[in-house]
Amino acid sequence: MCKHYLYSILCISTSLCFKPFRCRSLPAQRKYMRSPPIPEMATQEVQLSETLAHLKTESDTLKGKLEEERAKLHDVELHQVAEKVEGLGQFVMKTRRTLKGHGNKVLCMDWCKDKRRIVSSSQDGKVIVWDAFTTNKEHAVTMPCTWVMACAYAPSGCAVACGGLDNKCSVYPLSLDKNENLAAKKKSVAMHTNYLSACSFTNSDMQVRLSRMGEDTCSSFVTALHHFFDLTELFKVFRHVLHDFMSLQGCDKKANVWDMRSGQCIQSFETHESDINSVRYYPSGDAFASGSDDATCRLYDLRADREVAIYSKESIIFGVSSVDFSLSGRLLFGGYNDYTINVWDVLKGTRVSILFGHENRVSTLRVSPDGTAFCTGSWDHTLRTWA
Amino acid sequence: MLTKTNIQENLSCDLVHESPLWSGSVLLEMQDPKTGVKSQPQRLVITTIPHAITGEDILSWLADRFQIDTQEARNFGSMLVALGYIYPLQDHKRLVIKPDASLYRFQTPYFWPTQQWPVEDTDYAIYLAKRNIRKKGILELHEQEQYNRLHKWMNHKWDFIVMQAKEQYRAAKERKKPDRVVFDCQERAYWVVHRPPPNPHPNLNLIPNSNTNPQTKMIFTQQSIMRPRVKSSVSIGALVKYCATYNGHDPFLSKCLPSNPWITDDITYWNLNMPNVEIPTKMRVERWTFSFGELLSDPRGRDDFRLFLKKEFSGENLAFWEGCEDLKWGTAATMREKAEQIYKSFLARGAPRWINIDGKTMEITVNGLKHPHRYVLDAAQTHIYMLMKKDSFGRYLKSPVFKDTLKKAVCPEDDAQLEQNAKNRRPSLSPIVLRQQEKEHRAKMAANAPVDITQVMSKLSKTGKEVSPCRRPPPPAKT
Repeated sequence: MCKHYLYSILCISTSLCFKPFRCRSLPAQRKYMRSPPIPEMATQEVQLSETLAHLKTESDTLKGKLEEERAKLHDVELHQVAEKVEGLGQFVMKTRRTLKGHGNKVLCMDWCKDKRRIVSSSQDGKVIVWDAFTTNKEHAVTMPCTWVMACAYAPSGCAVACGGLDNKCSVYPLSLDKNENLAAKKKSVAMHTNYLSACSFTNSDMQVRLSRMGEDTCSSFVTALHHFFDLTELFKVFRHVLHDFMSLQGCDKKANVWDMRSGQCIQSFETHESDINSVRYYPSGDAFASGSDDATCRLYDLRADREVAIYSKESIIFGVSSVDFSLSGRLLFGGYNDYTINVWDVLKGTRVSILFGHENRVSTLRVSPDGTAFCTGSWDHTLRTWA
Repeated sequence: MLTKTNIQENLSCDLVHESPLWSGSVLLEMQDPKTGVKSQPQRLVITTIPHAITGEDILSWLADRFQIDTQEARNFGSMLVALGYIYPLQDHKRLVIKPDASLYRFQTPYFWPTQQWPVEDTDYAIYLAKRNIRKKGILELHEQEQYNRLHKWMNHKWDFIVMQAKEQYRAAKERKKPDRVVFDCQERAYWVVHRPPPNPHPNLNLIPNSNTNPQTKMIFTQQSIMRPRVKSSVSIGALVKYCATYNGHDPFLSKCLPSNPWITDDITYWNLNMPNVEIPTKMRVERWTFSFGELLSDPRGRDDFRLFLKKEFSGENLAFWEGCEDLKWGTAATMREKAEQIYKSFLARGAPRWINIDGKTMEITVNGLKHPHRYVLDAAQTHIYMLMKKDSFGRYLKSPVFKDTLKKAVCPEDDAQLEQNAKNRRPSLSPIVLRQQEKEHRAKMAANAPVDITQVMSKLSKTGKEVSPCRRPPPPAKT
């Protein structure tokens, strides 16, 4: 047997006596001594433990108070109000287009404001601009790195931003000249440390919002596509979504709402049992939905400051990677890791439809700007448009 | 389709961090004596610990095995170290992979994160106590703090903890020195992953995340308590109402007229709803009545509103609002100029398009303009927005301009026949072309722009001529 395996096994056998100490019963006759606090720590100990204890109890009391305040104004549940609402009929939603062309997992996609073009990025390092209606590829950019985790279409429809493991966000102005090398005209913003996990344009082609993996902060950079690259202020903004000055963020199990102007976190909700993968505003901007690894989607009301609905089913055990609302906000679409898409009635809390088609997990889902369709990207290398 | 086999596959994937690579088979491959990463003995003072590997060897093996470039290999290697599958022997607190001769070792599978046993404070307390027994004063500052904290909170079982620590220490002494060193390293590495020391490299160029500091957390909680809240019945009622209002406009819930392009391959719907179409559809016009925000966000709606305001000679409000938007979303380079331009045109005393805002807001804005930033005109913009919303919007909806637009609006018929016309997909004009066209159109409009009445009046009054308000020069005919 190989020598180094022996070491591993040896260590396992010796360590085994440490692990289940909880299971060991203490022999009654054994006399054991209480360990005295180590002298040099004694003086520190008093101060430190007092402050820590004090802080902890105060913090807990405050949290309790917050929940009390939140509960005071909670006089009705969503499903109660929704009882008076008409039920939804049967839905016939099918894949209307399948976009094939990526060589690896599709990681991100975004719609163009013209309601038919999309940009998608994948693990093979390619960023493709499609006319999803005709399924033609219109532009293709090969990024210098693989794992392009984020991409976005500019509001004018004339540029795309993307980035990923290259620790940069690159903005490519699109050109009709087929021979033009798009990479030559690109403008990049360096992320310095971690890789880019999400990006989106603000209301103009001039500004891009970025968020880094593993960090709560993010930067908003302005690039002047026609002039020189211009690095400006730092905003505290994150993965999803822009709605004027407020931005949503899913950070571990918490969903936070940030004010970009002041860089302050305004509200925080912690009800999910696992990491949040996606957050999206309700069309009116007064609520938002989140999708998490705990296989549920939840709806949070910003004005009432609480979670108002949980969308889950016992038969759904895989995490949600991506969520989005239909135009009226009545339907919530969720892309799941078990290759399916579940469609929820936001008001009544029931699932209205389950859609099959993808052959691997759904990684990204967005409803088109006019709500006529939604597009999903998957690890099966394809994108599908559903209506 | 989901089948039994791929459910199993997926389940194991989900349990072990996303990709099947993490199932441990990779690590076993890496440890293979023939095809794995090259290992070498590490020399300590008296003893020699075998099977240490260098950072650069790890990276080159990964790059070779997975056919990836160095950067990706580095990323992958860093993940292995950060999660605790491989641990560094030197600089054990920094969990990164260094592409040089720095030494690493494979963590025993017992300590792998995939084992998924919960990391308990009791274990940590025993570990710290054990280290204390071995050598007093060996604990680092953050470990001392943790130790004190645990001592305080677990006082009731502290003798149990000490007893366990002593037993473990005794058992360790009975092992051979090389094994002991290896195990100590492994255990230490495990705790560095699960109870990391405080971050020694603060972010210099970023606003730090203030939510982790317990005191700021408390301030945040206090502020949250003071936040004004709305009764659930009110806010939920608003959500339900929104759904009801937009129900007819949601293509998934109501029929899209004449048809949904994705279903019938007919793009009439999109053609009828182009951003700057001359004659809008009835549905679109109806949507403008839902809220002022809807009217402004639709370019056709905004144009209609602008026309109405021009007739009322209060176009400056909308122009100011648009200027503020331009400032917010534009490039930083031109920001200062833009802010000054806006001030000169709208805010300064005697400005040609002076807007009516209250004294306090004016004061705040003027002060802010001394050091202009993106949101300096925020207060004034909100004021003007609310003014338009409460006053002009209502009057617009009752105005002849709106009524005229509504009358002319088209209502396409439901064309179910089109379902048969499938596969008639033609490409559309690229947004790049459209933008070019728009630019040209705007340039043409600017060249034929109607005269700004206030400018005319001020010019004329400057030349000493009194102009009767009744005999205004007529605006030039629109081409």
